[in-house]
Amino acid sequence: MSGQIFCYITYKDGVPDDSALELVTAAKQLDAGAAPTAVVVGSGIDALCNDLTASYAEVWKVDNEALAYPNAEIIRNVLLSILPSDGTLLVPHDTFGMDLAPGLSIKMDSVFVADVIGFEGIDGSVLKCVRQEYGGAVSTHVSCDIGGGAVINVRPGAFQPDESKSASGQTVDKTAEAGDLSTRRVYLETVEAEVGDVDITKEDVLVSIGRGIEDEDNIEIAEDLAKAMGAVVSCSRPIVDAKWLEKSRQVGTSGQTVKPKVYLACGISGSFQHLGGLKGNPFVVAINKNAKAPIFQVADVGIEADILDFLPELTEAIEEL
Amino acid sequence: MEILVCVKRVPDTAENEIEVNSDGSGIETDDLVYSVNEWDNYAVEEAIQIRDDKGGSVTVVSVGDEESEEVVRREMAMGADNGLLLSDDAFEGSDGKGIASILKAAVDKGNYDLILTGAQADDGAAQVGGMLAAMLDMPYASLVNEIEVIDDKKLKIGREIEGGNQEMSEIDLPCVLSIQTGINEPRYVGIRGIRKVASIDIPVHGPGDLGLAADAVGSAGAGVKRLDYFVPELGEGAEMLEGSTEEIVEKLIELLKAKGGLK
Repeated sequence: MSGQIFCYITYKDGVPDDSALELVTAAKQLDAGAAPTAVVVGSGIDALCNDLTASYAEVWKVDNEALAYPNAEIIRNVLLSILPSDGTLLVPHDTFGMDLAPGLSIKMDSVFVADVIGFEGIDGSVLKCVRQEYGGAVSTHVSCDIGGGAVINVRPGAFQPDESKSASGQTVDKTAEAGDLSTRRVYLETVEAEVGDVDITKEDVLVSIGRGIEDEDNIEIAEDLAKAMGAVVSCSRPIVDAKWLEKSRQVGTSGQTVKPKVYLACGISGSFQHLGGLKGNPFVVAINKNAKAPIFQVADVGIEADILDFLPELTEAIEEL
Repeated sequence: MEILVCVKRVPDTAENEIEVNSDGSGIETDDLVYSVNEWDNYAVEEAIQIRDDKGGSVTVVSVGDEESEEVVRREMAMGADNGLLLSDDAFEGSDGKGIASILKAAVDKGNYDLILTGAQADDGAAQVGGMLAAMLDMPYASLVNEIEVIDDKKLKIGREIEGGNQEMSEIDLPCVLSIQTGINEPRYVGIRGIRKVASIDIPVHGPGDLGLAADAVGSAGAGVKRLDYFVPELGEGAEMLEGSTEEIVEKLIELLKAKGGLK
């Protein structure tokens, strides 16, 4: 292992994202002896940095009013200014990390690996990482030499958070080194998601549909089942892209985060973006005609069937109870 | 506005079961159905709509083997004005940075105001757009789900961020944007549309035409190398319910009752 490991901290309203502690675990899996450094960029972030010293030996702070909103275009320049060229930066692979990291790797002349879910050892400076392709259908090992620096995006939720809180570290103010904060992409505002007729985040039982529903007319099949069960219909992204259901019905990182007791995933393959919106350890039933769908790896109970045939049978049986 | 859209030919995961081949060197390619990467198709539709509204032209470019010509042609049938294929044995095995380098060379030979990519493709890396922007020293935005042309110097754009929220910004032209699905409703391309563009010549450029050193791209230039493909053993996996449909329904209902899934 050559350079220092840095972890980029994302947060909202002063509270660190779950990834802040997951990246500690990721750094230690990358290099067992690592004492990673947190990097926190924003405005008025002293308390946040102080909290993070429990988990990081050093917390690098860049605090400036111009950084109040996390604009990746500006933060890329900040990181380019403060990070050593042989450093390895871990970034959560979320909508901010996807915006920031690929371009940063080019500017730093570092290797870039996206959406890593595991590290399997380092030989000299050659690192072996685990990724997934084709929406999680297959996994791959990739290798890269991180001796000249690396930017690695880490999948949120792929590593357990490190709760040891034993770092008793210190905050180091890097604000003066932040460099040019001008930008050619100016943040205007955030438009909050529209609230729909049904709030799926408050429902105990969800009948959730994906591509397997095949046609808008077939949504009725899921609605009939939901009615019989006393549940509500939710969906995965393709259903919203096709404009068959409202955005407020979408489960996933780009939609709603739900915490039902029971979740019926009907014709949903189970991408990590979809599963990222499913919290609270529900009882998951997966119904899919593709026996190799990734959803079967995370479901409690699986049924290999075409939902268009199976759901009406289930509805009928429940109605007869 | 002169718009370049970068597209990729990928196995259609809605039509195929993706399986690892016998020696783990790749995926099983027999009988695979290919199509244009879904995100890229939204990008081409967006480019066509902007051109129809503001004038200019749409060029579709793909890095890939000879087969990639079919997806370039398909996107031309949608309404793109020009097609360009960047293809050579030396490009094979390129990592994300290699692909971005090849595209950069093609961008440098043109004069584009706006460059669009899909937000991600089959490898789920979501990297080429951001890399290309950095190489071109242009501003960048990922996961774009709304574009409004303000004038020939600026766009107003929306990015899809967590929780279904939308981040609005103004971005200077020229710029690179990666497009999220759902930004529009891509038009249908029929057989007739494909026939109309069947005889149009699509130029093919290799490293020489682009002024690229062959060892800077392809597997020779790749800093990130894929070692193998495998099927993960994740936890215990689901307990599969077997039997006749009637038996499965009965078992499932018992489970749902026990877990509070029936009211």
